[in-house]
Order: sequence, then C-alpha cells, then structure tokens
Amino acid sequence: MKEVNVLMVGVGGQGVILASDGLAEIGMKAGYDVKKTDSLGMAQRGGSVVSHVRWGERVFSPMTKKGEVDYLVSFEELEAARWAAFLRPGGVALVADVVIVPVSALGGKIPYPSWEEIGGYLAKVTDKVYRIPTRRIGEEVGNTRALNMVMMGALSTFLDAPRNLWEEEVRRRVPPKFLDSSLAAFVKGAEAMEG
Amino acid sequence: MKRSEEVMKQLLSGNEAMALGAHHAGVRVATAYPGTPSTEILQTIAPMEGVYAEWSVNEKVALEVAMGAAYGGVRALAIMKHVGLNVAADPFFALATTGTNAGIVVISCDDPGEHSSQGEQDNRHFAKFAKVPMLEPSDSQEAYDLMDWAFRMSEEFDTPVLFRSTTRISHCKGVVNVTRERPRELKKPGFLRCQSKYVMVPSNARVRRIAMEGRIAKLRTFVESFPLNEVVEGSEKLGVIASGIGYQYAREVFKDASFLKLVTTYPIPEKLVRAFAERVERVIVIEELDPWLEEEVRLLGIPVRGKEFIPIIGELSPEVVEAGAIKAGILPAPAKSFVLDPPSFPIPPRRPQLCAGCPHVGPEFVLRRMGFDARVKPTPGPRPLTEREMVVASDIGCYTLGVYEPLGALDTCACMGASIGQAIGMEKAGIPNKSVAVLGDSTFMHSGITPLVDAVYKQSGITVIILDNGTTAMTGHQGHPATGISVTGTKVGRVDLEELCRGIGVKDVRVVSAFDLRAIEEAVKAGTARNEPSVIIVRGPCALHARVKKTPMMVDTALCAQCHDCLEVGCPAIALSGDEVRIDPEVCIGCGVCAQVCPQGAISEAKR
Repeated sequence: MKEVNVLMVGVGGQGVILASDGLAEIGMKAGYDVKKTDSLGMAQRGGSVVSHVRWGERVFSPMTKKGEVDYLVSFEELEAARWAAFLRPGGVALVADVVIVPVSALGGKIPYPSWEEIGGYLAKVTDKVYRIPTRRIGEEVGNTRALNMVMMGALSTFLDAPRNLWEEEVRRRVPPKFLDSSLAAFVKGAEAMEG
Repeated sequence: MKRSEEVMKQLLSGNEAMALGAHHAGVRVATAYPGTPSTEILQTIAPMEGVYAEWSVNEKVALEVAMGAAYGGVRALAIMKHVGLNVAADPFFALATTGTNAGIVVISCDDPGEHSSQGEQDNRHFAKFAKVPMLEPSDSQEAYDLMDWAFRMSEEFDTPVLFRSTTRISHCKGVVNVTRERPRELKKPGFLRCQSKYVMVPSNARVRRIAMEGRIAKLRTFVESFPLNEVVEGSEKLGVIASGIGYQYAREVFKDASFLKLVTTYPIPEKLVRAFAERVERVIVIEELDPWLEEEVRLLGIPVRGKEFIPIIGELSPEVVEAGAIKAGILPAPAKSFVLDPPSFPIPPRRPQLCAGCPHVGPEFVLRRMGFDARVKPTPGPRPLTEREMVVASDIGCYTLGVYEPLGALDTCACMGASIGQAIGMEKAGIPNKSVAVLGDSTFMHSGITPLVDAVYKQSGITVIILDNGTTAMTGHQGHPATGISVTGTKVGRVDLEELCRGIGVKDVRVVSAFDLRAIEEAVKAGTARNEPSVIIVRGPCALHARVKKTPMMVDTALCAQCHDCLEVGCPAIALSGDEVRIDPEVCIGCGVCAQVCPQGAISEAKR
C-alpha cells in the first residue's frame, strides 16, 4: 500500500478543513490507515490554515515532514510559496488561482508576489506545478465558494481511491442547496487535470 | 441492535473520541468553559442522549458542578484547556482530597506551541501536585478507549482522574474502532451523606490526607498491569520511552528501536520501566514540553537522556525529534538531501486579524487615539507614558488581536478577567495616568465580576469597557450567561449585563453602539472623568457570527486626500493600491467605521 502525504493549505474561511476532513474520510474508506491534523489556531480570523493528511498501511505521526509531501494542495497562491519546502522533489503542486492579500501586504510595504515568482519558486522543487483555474470554474458552475470542490476534483485524479467515494463525501458534506454546483465543480476540477 | 461495520469504524478527532468514550462510559453530567484546543469535546457530547451538558461560567464553576454531580452519584466530566485548570485548581485540589462517589474525570487539553493561548504550561505536573492519577492518550483510539478506564479508576480508587491531552491529540483525526455502547442501565443518582469524607474541616482533611497517600500507593501497583501501556520489541541498542503525540513522532523517526509507550503517566509503572530499561543498551525519552517522564524515570536510578536534545519549548514534530536525535548522535546524519532555499521574494506574514465589520475595531480605534500619544512612535521596549496618555489594561479574547499594528491599542493581556484588577492596581499605585480596563462579554462573565465588585468596594475611579459582541467569539461562538444560549443552542436563563453592573453598585453604566466612534469617545471621556467606577458596554454583534451584510463602503477618489487615516483601522477590506485606497466590496460588510475616520468625508455607502 503506497503511502500518501498531502498538505492542504489556504486561508481561514476557504474550506480547507472541510476538504481535508473529506480526504481523510475517503482514505479510510479506501482501506488505508489515516491520520490528519490541522494548524488553525486563530485561523478563522484570516490566518493561514494548514492541514496534514496522511494515508498509509499504518500511520504514526499525523504531521508530514518537510521535503516529504507528495501533494501540496494550495487554495491560495501566496500560501503555496509559504509551504513549498514541505513538497518532496518531484511531488505535485496544485495551486488555486486565488489571491487573498494579507493585511501585512495591504499597506503596500511588503509586496504580494506575482504568480511568475511563486510558480518559479515551486518549479525549483518539481516540474509538476499546476495552477487550477478555480475562478473560471466557479463562475461556470455558478458557485464561487466551491473552490475546495474544484481542488478536491483535481487531487482525485492522482490518488488511488474509487471515484464514488469522492462523490459520496461531497454529498455527505455539502448542504443540498449547493450540492449540484459542488458536484459540477468537483468534476470540472478533475477535468482540468485530465484535459 | 447490531451495528454496521461503518458505524464501528469511525474517523474521529481526539476531542470527538474523548466525548464518545465518555458517553459510552455512561457520563451524565459534562461541564466546560470553551478554550482551544478543548472546545469541541463538550460540543460533541452535548447533543448525545442522556447527558446534561453546560457551558459553565468559568472552569472553576465547571469543575464544581461536575464535582457535585459525582458526589450525587453520576459519572461526571469537566473539560478545560491548560490554563483553565489554573482557574479550577482550587476545586481540583479539594476534590483530590475528598475523593468522590461516582467517577469523575477532568480533561486538560494543553497547547504546546501556544497556537491559541497566552502561555505554555505542562499540566502533567498537576497530577503529582494534587496526587491524582493521570492518563494520556497517544491517538484518537486511545482517547476513546482510555475514557472508560478513567471512570473505572476514579471509582475504584476514589479519586478524580486527570485526563491529559494536547493540541495534536485533540485536533488530530484518526481511525477509531468503536467497541462499546452506552450502558442501558445507569446507577440511580443519590448523594451518600458522609461528613468525614465531604466536609473538609481540618480534623477530617487530615484523615483524607492519609487516604490520598494510600491511594497513590495502590495505583502504583495497579498501573504495572495496565493493558494499554505497550512494549514494542525492536533493536536492543535503543529503547524509547514516550507518551502522547511524542510517541507517534518517535515511532516515525526511530524505525528500529524498542518502545515503551506509557498511557499511565502518573504514577508510572516502575517495574515495567525497569524491565524495559534492562533489555536495552540506552534509554531515551521523547515527550513534549517538560521532562516529566524523563525525571520520573531518572528517579528510578535509570540513566536516561531526553531534554538535552529534545526542545523543552513549543511543539515537537517528526523533524524536530529527528534533528535532535542526529545532533545527539543517536541517529546517523542523513545523506545530503534536497533542501529548498527561501524564495528571493519576501513572503508577507498572514497573522490573525480582526474581521471586516468586527465590533471591536471601533472601540479599539478610539482607545488608540485616546490612550496613545500619536507623537510617540510605537516601540517594542518599555517607555514612560506622556501626560495625555491612558493605560489600556486588556484581557483575553478576539479583541486582544488589537495589540497588532495599526490598532496597537492595548497595554496588557495576562489571564481571564485580569484587566479590571490591573486597572485598579495602576490607580492604587498612584500612576499619573488614567487607566481603563477592556474585556469581552464572555471574559467579563468568566472572571470580571469579582474584580468589578472590588472596584466598587475600593471606590476606584477606573472605567471598565465591556466589548459585548453577544458571544464567545474566539473559540467559535459559544453561548455564555449574558447570551442566555445553551451549548445546544436552546434558550436558557440570561444574565442582564447592565443590571448586573448596576446591582454590583456601579452608578455610571452606559451602553453605546460599537459602530459609533463619537459616542464611544464621549463615554470614555465621561467615565474617566469620574472619581468612582464606571462601566461602558460597547455593543455590536460579532461580524462572523451575525453575518450581517449591509451596503459596502466605497472611497470617492475625487474627495480622497490620501492621508491614509482609514488604513489605521486595520480593516481587511481596505487596501492600498499604488497611492489609492480601495475598499473591497466583497469583504466590506458596511459597518461604516472607516467613514467616520475619514477627515475628508470621502468614504460613504457604495451606490447600488
């Protein structure tokens, strides 16, 4: 059974925890031992959110190690750069095309880096850097808050777990009102990788 | 009823597992005050069948209610974060002396690394200090399994049991095999009158004191055969003794070693430890925070290493354990692996901040202007106040985030409710400046009432500013006595803040809107001018909780003089783009504080 280490990062309120909870659940149902841990502290107040999710034969530490993460799933561009050192060489970086400027950069003293800078930095670790068009997909499905579903869809194409488990998880976690658009976002996220 | 495979195997956080474990142990009364990382335990157990659960006014009361319930013959659980046990220390020690009738467990969730705490402390010391047994799970499965043991031990040894978790146990999810169900028949509630046991006058307490020592002696024998302590046979060259999350990191890092995992971390099983140490060439201890196990093992005369290479401060991680072991020569240095250098561009930090529309922003902005001399640049080191300045003693809650620039409006934050006593103390010390105390509604209920009584009693001239956002916001919007909302969201009794303050004897109690800067300023001026205590209740709903969305504000660039005063509010909706200030209509909820700050009148509601 191949070990899978995922680091999901983003900003408070983006749905990182919901997605990483789902990912852990899928791993368990696919027959893995699973552990996950979040660093959220005061995340609800706009701080960084980090979720470590590990699937394996037997998982001891819930926390991943620097340089050993197989999939860095970032819901925001700057956060991908912040956590890049966790990615293993040759790992996969999935980065949502979302920019949330932190207060420290609002006053103009510290610039927010460009995608060219961030993408270039990630490219030092791996050639598998994918910028996911979440904004376009959000508009297409009519639900801009389905960002986490898009990212889950993209990630699902890499992992060894049956597709129905992923969809089941979406159904379980999303309120009925947003279910159709969430499922559509998930499918389009997967298509973005396959296409 | 036969349960499906799916129900028996669940993915649970440590907190959820503790709650389920307690439910299946037949807990009937559960109490807590919200505090990261412990909050979810009560929230998980509250809706479960047959459980009375309450957010108590503070941890001391929580433990006293649980204590009464246990005296009354039902299994009881009191839940708190590490610093909560400081508040509840008094009843904790008293309970350790009296012992109990039905089982009682005290959960302490420590926060190594201070993710969301004002301090770091290792509450394992409380077990030895109060002479009570302690259990520590190392994952969610053990958090579930151990809870049943905790209650049985409590009853068998007539003692409270300290159940100690940490952030990475409480907030880590893992697979749990749910093996038990809630017992169908529970013991009938009933108090067994026994004055020699429950009335701690000195003559009785002296007798109980002897019982406490006898209890620990029996527990020393009991833990020798405790089934969840585990020896993992491995190489004889290295033996690792570990507990809690440290055990999991150690398993990850020392692939071939032998392990002794301890869940009974006070008292420790001495014979088991000795036998383990004899089988290996050298013994190390991997544990977070203080050298607790290390010292207990060393007391047995066993040569042991631990904190000499494992940090005593902050959280551990597999990397930290590995780096320490390599440095100490316990692990070989790794072959040179790829290390990513920091980027060539700066990564702006993303600190937690007050939300757009937060009702704390207005009052903190006013306090910055009134309390801090704009001519003096903020410095990290100490500096004397100028004549026009005011001391802003503050407290623990979201509003403490107002310490960060640009608000930077606070002078203190120590422990729950301390602001009021501190302000009284400043005044009584005779400092030349006025002092005000700022604290939230939940914090005031928790520990602010008694010092306000003191202010009335001592005829102090302080002004207490209660930031009433109608919830316990920082920990995720829990009810408290002044909201009248229970842990399950039902309506319960409500304490009226104004009436409470007046009832204590404060004559000057004013209520102002959190979004009316002028009214706040006038209230603070009037309050601080008096020679008797005054209370200002600054009222406005938590923006995250109430989710109010009014017409967003916008900047009229023709009127804007680019003075950037509005940036001093520190609102996440207001950004500088080049020289131009812009308000993000998606983020802005239309609270209007920035419009009151703008000297040009350039900010107003966006036209639809």
